Amino acid sequence: MHSLMTILITLIIAIFLALLPMPDWTIWLRPAWVLMILIYWAMMAPSQVSVGVAWLIGLVIDLLNGTLLGEHALAFTIVVYFVTKMHIRLRMYPLLQQGISILIFVLLYQFILYCIQGFIGELPGSHLYWLSSVTSMLLWPWLFVLMRDLRRRFKVA
Amino acid sequence: MVMDKRIETFVTIRAAMSLPLAPLQYLVSWPTSFFDNVKSAISTHDDLVNENLSLKAEQLLLRSQLQRLIAIESENNYLKALLQSSRQVKGKTLIAELLAVDFEPFVNQVILNKGSRDGVYVGQPVLDATGVMGQVIQTGPITSRVLLINDPHSGVAVQDVRNGVRAMAVGDSYSGKLRLMYVPKTADIKVNDIFLTSGLGDHYPEGYPVGKVISVKKEPTQQFAEVYLQPSAHLDSSRQVLLIWSPRNA
Repeated sequence: MHSLMTILITLIIAIFLALLPMPDWTIWLRPAWVLMILIYWAMMAPSQVSVGVAWLIGLVIDLLNGTLLGEHALAFTIVVYFVTKMHIRLRMYPLLQQGISILIFVLLYQFILYCIQGFIGELPGSHLYWLSSVTSMLLWPWLFVLMRDLRRRFKVA
Repeated sequence: MVMDKRIETFVTIRAAMSLPLAPLQYLVSWPTSFFDNVKSAISTHDDLVNENLSLKAEQLLLRSQLQRLIAIESENNYLKALLQSSRQVKGKTLIAELLAVDFEPFVNQVILNKGSRDGVYVGQPVLDATGVMGQVIQTGPITSRVLLINDPHSGVAVQDVRNGVRAMAVGDSYSGKLRLMYVPKTADIKVNDIFLTSGLGDHYPEGYPVGKVISVKKEPTQQFAEVYLQPSAHLDSSRQVLLIWSPRNA
């Protein structure tokens, strides 16, 4: 129960960060907060956060963002599926290597979104779109350490 | 996803599902409005006096212009009545504020702090101080979602002020500008022409500024001329917008 609350609260904070207004020049730099938190929990607590949770959170993001319903849900589901598949291997990686895997995961996520946006004819206006995966990667070590402390403090998984 | 895109009744399902999420949007926009409040609270007395003076001057200016406008409007209505035209210029209006919520950069939508409780309806036109902003596409009790005119799914029926050439302005997601659809190459459109809503689409009322022509390209290989407009509304910096009711829905 305790651990579920922790997971839920971190996810809500991530959604909050994803919607928080930022200065104009940062719009393409916003890291994929929600996805990163989902990946972390799918890696560390795969019994609690898996594909189903990712799908639900994806629907919430779609409703908040006004994107096609199910778009983020699909992207989250696919990425989290791969993360749970190889979560033991990911846990063993050093931080640098983990960061690179995050880069690949976020790129996959952005690629899925890009495809769907392409199908409905609303592609992002600039190639800076892909920058968000780089900021996600750069942020990962800090997020990882922070979340690790949090996880130990609240004894999740 | 296909259902969401193709089936019209899905809009209501979507609105129902977003219902519990409205408080979250208010929560996210709270820090911004909080800082705004703090900023106005700690601004000095001198600043306020200066601002007050400049506002008063501006009000005087606007008043004087308004006097002229009232005369023109009454004359216009009189002439229209003479022509037995049914269109009325005035309608019910309401000022709404944008919630400070950021979306993914490829989403051209904003959230307003007024909803169906205030009588907002789907398809309602939204303006800001300088021009047309967009239309409401989803309403909840306390929030509503607005599709901006620079979204590729949005179309506005427009008319050139100078010579009355009619066209459709659709959004262009690559540049954030508007593009005129199906303009013949022989059409008389020049750079710096201003386009107003023509009121033909039955969505937007007649006569509000939409945009100014920034480029006209006539390629021999293309069937139609390529005309781009700069939206006159400040689509990404307005905080307060005007909701207007068409006479049918008032």
